[in-house]
Amino acid sequence: MVIGNGSTNGQSRKNGNRRRNGKPSKYSAFSLLRHGLSQGADWPRAWREHPIRASYDVVIIGGGVHGLATAYYLAKNHGITNVAVLDKGYLGGGGSGRNTAILRSNYLTPEGVRFYDRSMQLYEHLAADLNFNVMFSRRGHLTLAHNDSSLRTMRWRAEVNKQQGVDSDVIDPNEIAKLVPYLETSPNTRYPILGALYHPPGGIIRHDAVVWGYARGADANGVHLHQNTEVTGIDVADGRVTGVRTRRGRIATGAVVNCTAGWSTIISDMAGVSMPVTTSPLQAAVTEPVRPFLDTVVVSGTLHVYVSQTDRGELVFGASVDPFTSYSMRGSLEFVEGLAGHVLELMPALSKMRLLRQWAGLCDMTPDYSPIMGPTEVDGFYVDVGWGTYGFKAGPVSGEAMAECVATKRTPEIIAAFPLSRFDAGELVGEKGAAAVGH
Amino acid sequence: MIQLPCPWCGPRNVTEFSHEGEPATRPDPGTATPEQWRGYLYFRRNARGWTEETWYHSAGCRRFFRLRRDTVSNTALPAGERAEGSA
Ligand SMILES: Cc1cc2nc3c(=O)[nH]c(=O)nc-3n(C[C@H](O)[C@H](O)[C@H](O)COP(=O)(O)OP(=O)(O)OC[C@H]3O[C@@H](n4cnc5c(N)ncnc54)[C@H](O)[C@@H]3O)c2cc1C
Ligand SMILES: [Zn+2]
Repeated sequence: MVIGNGSTNGQSRKNGNRRRNGKPSKYSAFSLLRHGLSQGADWPRAWREHPIRASYDVVIIGGGVHGLATAYYLAKNHGITNVAVLDKGYLGGGGSGRNTAILRSNYLTPEGVRFYDRSMQLYEHLAADLNFNVMFSRRGHLTLAHNDSSLRTMRWRAEVNKQQGVDSDVIDPNEIAKLVPYLETSPNTRYPILGALYHPPGGIIRHDAVVWGYARGADANGVHLHQNTEVTGIDVADGRVTGVRTRRGRIATGAVVNCTAGWSTIISDMAGVSMPVTTSPLQAAVTEPVRPFLDTVVVSGTLHVYVSQTDRGELVFGASVDPFTSYSMRGSLEFVEGLAGHVLELMPALSKMRLLRQWAGLCDMTPDYSPIMGPTEVDGFYVDVGWGTYGFKAGPVSGEAMAECVATKRTPEIIAAFPLSRFDAGELVGEKGAAAVGH
Repeated sequence: MIQLPCPWCGPRNVTEFSHEGEPATRPDPGTATPEQWRGYLYFRRNARGWTEETWYHSAGCRRFFRLRRDTVSNTALPAGERAEGSA
């Protein structure tokens, strides 16, 4: 999980300025060979830079997977191409470039399962759709149960999953031991493993590639991507959005989509829309690479830890959010200490592994561990927020649904359970049992 | 390391405390409107910058107290005390 590797659009820095605004080309085995022979000297930029227009039909705030996917599907599915994506920093600089890239759809509520499963279907064909290798690897996902109550919730989840056609089952410690070498499955530990929810289609993906692929696809369809363009205000007149103010000037628009995750309260405040969202940091860490031994993703809610091995061989560790709200993305020693202890309870053989780095991202937490999507009381101001610790996997379905919502001014069925108004009605979704630690 | 000022124990590491969050006054259940309930239960300012909040010294004196914290730098001050330049 490389973060901040200096290159913000997935291509060679050496030739970064060449063909800056050239027409986007198709990636293929042939183009790879051709550019390889010229030592990569003339790869075009993955997306172009444009001057900011005075007005756009739709302005999307936030250049993470949600904002970029919304822009891509607005252009591709609905022919709305006069669209801008604004980001205060670089594309993928928020949670979309900092997550641990776990994809799964074994949630607890039927509406949650249907929603995330649609995303898995879109991810399945994303590389071909975007002409960009997103390295989706369906390697199996295990959520461990260390006590009777989690085992009960898992049986419940497995039944809901199966009913929605999602491959998911509870397995016993013997089967777990066969799937996960080096896992401590003896009954004599502090938190013995009693079983696991096994979700074979779950897996990991290359998160940066997803961001870059959507950015390139949006650009090719005519969307303008403006980095280093912080939004500082939203103009509302007579209950309608009329424009956004940025550090690079004002943009007139009648439709704004808030896709800023951990910062989304600040943006909604600008439009006068209050939300049940709090922001907390979530930390993760990665080790030096070792030979491949771990195929599956392993999650333990009780121990607040999960682990997967990347294609490069590094082990990626994650946890639950820091136990207080904050807008700081600074990592802490307490986190690494707690994490190391829990990892060693699960896999004592890892005690000699060295951590390479740790980092944090901001998570927009909601009371029911479910997103908030759709229109608000301000006409033309839409939200796609509340992604907490689990929103990367939802990027494609959210982009597809938000694009439809903005284009047709109707809320699509697949996100009907997630409106902001559900908190008035007391109709919370109740996804905590499946989303609190296992992202 | 983040330190919080406990009024009874002095500055201690944040790991000794539980975050209770922004103070909210419970409305009278007999007369509260649904909007008031929703505000009390779910809606928070989620301020970026200085904010006032309740903490519990769970691994110390086990008492609740208020403080002011900058949610960007995580600098914390006793309630009522203002940092230079803070709102
Ligand atoms: C450590 C970690 C691990 C995670 N693991 C997983 C996982 O395994 N699986 C999973 O599904 N999810 C995971 N998540 C959650 C996931 O990363 C997020 O939910 C998701 O990336 C949110 O995407 P987004 O596009 O909505 O927001 P982001 O990617 O956060 O993008 C928001 C963008 O808004 C921009 N912005 C903010 N303010 C402004 C402004 N005023 N003007 C202009 N732009 C602005 C920011 O610069 C940022 O680029 C994890 C998160 C973290 C931090
Ligand atoms: Zn104390």
